Amino acid sequence: MQQTRSVEIGTGLFIFLGLAAVFFLTTRATGLSSQLDENAYEVFARFDNVGSLKDRAPVSMSGVTIGRVTSVEFDPQRLEAVVKMKINSKYDQIPDDSDASILTSGLLGSQYIGLQAGGSDTYLSDGSEIEFTQSAIVLEKMISKYLFGGGSSDEDE
Amino acid sequence: MKIIREIYFAFLGFFRTFGALQFFFLRLLAGTPLIVVSRPGLVIHQVYNAGALSLVIIMVSALFVGGVLGLQGYDSLSKFNAESSVGAVATLSLVKELGPVVTALLFAGRAGTALASEIGLMKATDQLAAMEMMAINPVNRVLVPRFLGGVISMPLLAAIFNVIGILGAYFVSVTLLGVDFGAFWEQMQLNVEPADIWEGIVKSIVFGVVASLLAVWEGYHAIPTAEGVGRATTRTVVATAIAVLILDFMITAIAI
Repeated sequence: MQQTRSVEIGTGLFIFLGLAAVFFLTTRATGLSSQLDENAYEVFARFDNVGSLKDRAPVSMSGVTIGRVTSVEFDPQRLEAVVKMKINSKYDQIPDDSDASILTSGLLGSQYIGLQAGGSDTYLSDGSEIEFTQSAIVLEKMISKYLFGGGSSDEDE
Repeated sequence: MKIIREIYFAFLGFFRTFGALQFFFLRLLAGTPLIVVSRPGLVIHQVYNAGALSLVIIMVSALFVGGVLGLQGYDSLSKFNAESSVGAVATLSLVKELGPVVTALLFAGRAGTALASEIGLMKATDQLAAMEMMAINPVNRVLVPRFLGGVISMPLLAAIFNVIGILGAYFVSVTLLGVDFGAFWEQMQLNVEPADIWEGIVKSIVFGVVASLLAVWEGYHAIPTAEGVGRATTRTVVATAIAVLILDFMITAIAI
């Protein structure tokens, strides 16, 4: 009797630890935990150049992650990249004239979207477009501008 | 001429064993539904033997493997001023490679050898023959629960290995080497995709099947003497290690 009991305890402990480990790996180790709530709303923005922006890249405002990129696609009609992103529903008071720019975390880090608040009284809602955008800075273009551009500023980037 | 003949028979023997292994695998699979339905207690007992009893070795090894990944990752990455990525590097290496592979190798050493020698000894002491005399199918009664116990245990052990390894890497890089606590987790969560976790889980399931199959096979086909059981135990570890490393390469090649 004593022996069956310790076998049962050991097995239970082992299975419990194993499942807890799987849970930890699938939720905490990937970015899923900082994912969106169910009522997150989707907005989109058009960019001339998205650089190496990927799905699931963070959308941040004042450095705080408020959402995630859900898709990066190319619009063949307007020849622009369309980036869709979901923003958590608790951040529902973002002025609709805010501007979105593609930034890089660190020198060689991954790219993310930074929102800069505008001054409008109407807010972004599901399906609205962020009209003011700034493309990713492509390192090669910056270098070639520096080398061949005679010191002009990078206004068109 | 004699050498050619020997090589020929060696090849023939290899393929014969390989083919017989497939049939053996099918026999185990065929017995699985019956045992799971009629004697689930046997399977759970083997989960205890293969899994719960391997916990200590898995956890201690994982802690140090993770710790050494933290050290090495920090050392290499600091050459590029990218120490903050150590969380991502350690986690990816653990989840995709080291977790499943090292767990499978430790599993072969801890649980595989125990299975092979237990079954081999049962054969040597005619316990399997006695079962057959009593019209009990020894494959179903003895081999299938042990095989299933290993198959169930392996993915769970690998997951535990991964988590403890990540904690080990965290301890070394954050607590000892001073990597920023937030950067460790942020880089990890940013770079580890669900697909990476899945790759690791698929690997650990495949390794679990292979390691358990080989252990049960070697035990069941051991020469029923003291020496034969010893040999079967050794062969289990060797065969499992080779099979796991080859399969690891193949799965990685498919996944990438």
